[in-house]
Amino acid sequence: MHGLINRAIQCFVTDAYGPEKWLEATRMAELDFVEFEAMMVYDDAVTPRILDAIAQVLDRPRDEMMEDLGTYLVSHPTVEALRRLLRFGGVTFVEFLQSLDDLPDRARLAVSDLHLPRIELREHAPNHFSLVCDCPVEGYGHVMMGILRAMADDYGALALLEHQGGGQGTEVISISLIETEFAEGRVFDLGARAG
Amino acid sequence: MTSALDVLCPMHLILSATGHILHAGPTTRKLRPEAEFVGERFLEVFDLKRPRAITTMTDLRAAAGMKLHLRLRDLPQTEVKGVLVPGPEPEQSIVNLSFGISIVDAVSDYALTSADFAATDLAVEMLYLVEAKSAAMEASRKLNLRLQGAKIAAEEQAYTDTLTGLKNRRAMDHIISRYATWGTQFGLMQIDLDWFKAVNDTMGHAAGDHVLQTVARIMVEETRESDTVVRIGGDEFVVLLPMAEEMSDLSAIGDRIISRLTQPIPFQGQACHISASIGVAFFEPSGPHSVAEVLDNADVALYASKDAGRAQLSFYHPSLRHTGDSVPENARSA
Repeated sequence: MHGLINRAIQCFVTDAYGPEKWLEATRMAELDFVEFEAMMVYDDAVTPRILDAIAQVLDRPRDEMMEDLGTYLVSHPTVEALRRLLRFGGVTFVEFLQSLDDLPDRARLAVSDLHLPRIELREHAPNHFSLVCDCPVEGYGHVMMGILRAMADDYGALALLEHQGGGQGTEVISISLIETEFAEGRVFDLGARAG
Repeated sequence: MTSALDVLCPMHLILSATGHILHAGPTTRKLRPEAEFVGERFLEVFDLKRPRAITTMTDLRAAAGMKLHLRLRDLPQTEVKGVLVPGPEPEQSIVNLSFGISIVDAVSDYALTSADFAATDLAVEMLYLVEAKSAAMEASRKLNLRLQGAKIAAEEQAYTDTLTGLKNRRAMDHIISRYATWGTQFGLMQIDLDWFKAVNDTMGHAAGDHVLQTVARIMVEETRESDTVVRIGGDEFVVLLPMAEEMSDLSAIGDRIISRLTQPIPFQGQACHISASIGVAFFEPSGPHSVAEVLDNADVALYASKDAGRAQLSFYHPSLRHTGDSVPENARSA
């Protein structure tokens, strides 16, 4: 799994629970290092191992922890760049949802060896969608849940999300949009980083 | 027609036959938030940089379909690309504009959002790419800095001399302090190459490096498994010989080294002539001398060998400090 993903997991634990918990998790997962490098590629087996260890160290259900990870990824200042990149997907939450199919390609455009799991949006009704996620690591759907929840917030949309389980390497999230302009949402300034 | 143009190319202008602006698209209007476009003359709002020598509307219309390089005369004088086509009414012209490479500055200068670009425009994808690439480059740059730091640290901690593969001075200090702690008796041989500078000066550094590598190999071959051969500087070497109690053992090893080093070393069809001078001292755990004194003693013995005509081995003896050309110890402090 790409270092960017592993590094994000490390930042999540360090920022939200402190470096001590992270060190404990690396010991439990029997990594023989404590820092993931963002621009290196690690063995695929490392990621599930460290995730299991984190859930154990934090003493939390793994699904819940995975969702928190997703929320962290788009709401914490440390990873602000990621929120911004996701906001490029569209002007409204629905447009953002529709851009998710392109997410793995967008990621590869930026970092050519970063392979994100394939995701597919299905529209059942104007306000009802489901998101089918490939899950190379069990619980990736829960990470997407956390991301969607935080992004809905970011756009000021009110959405009901439900993880509908999965199997054979995919997980499904159902999305019901209650209101698209429920709250103000956060400003997205295209040129915030420019110049 | 204009409403269709506002969607398809929100950054356009419609010009009259006289070159006056009749309509400005919604994004074009953002370029001059304080002023109106409509009613102004196009060539007074924009400076046409290329193609050159166009000053009249007639010339401009003749340049229909060509790529126009324009600059807004108002600050911040943003540069834009454009193209002119006749229409929508007879005698009128449509000019479509784009930021081109100045897009990154333009979005902040004019506070543009995704809604300001046509749905088919790749501008937002380009901004995405600029930002994603900058973030990725930043991550790579940090990794490079860390690797660079790790490389320097590893080099500083290295125990190996990179040219010869022998141990270096750092390794020697480490081993000696270990022997001192354990109370291991050892012999210390200080070896200087004779005439090495002449080889370097007359035959070049490549020859010099080759000689050093050959010398290193010979010293390793002529010493025991338990001994450590160290290159402590340019042509200076030290051999640590633990459990070497008999002077005869040490002189046998030293003599073998000298006799092999005195044989010419071939390099690219030429022969390099060197030899070696050796000084030997002993470290006794229960003896009166510290490690630093033993190193100094070996040095004194080495100079005795050099003074006696080089290519030989001397054992340290206190009397050496008062003979030969070397400055006596008591005279140094006077």
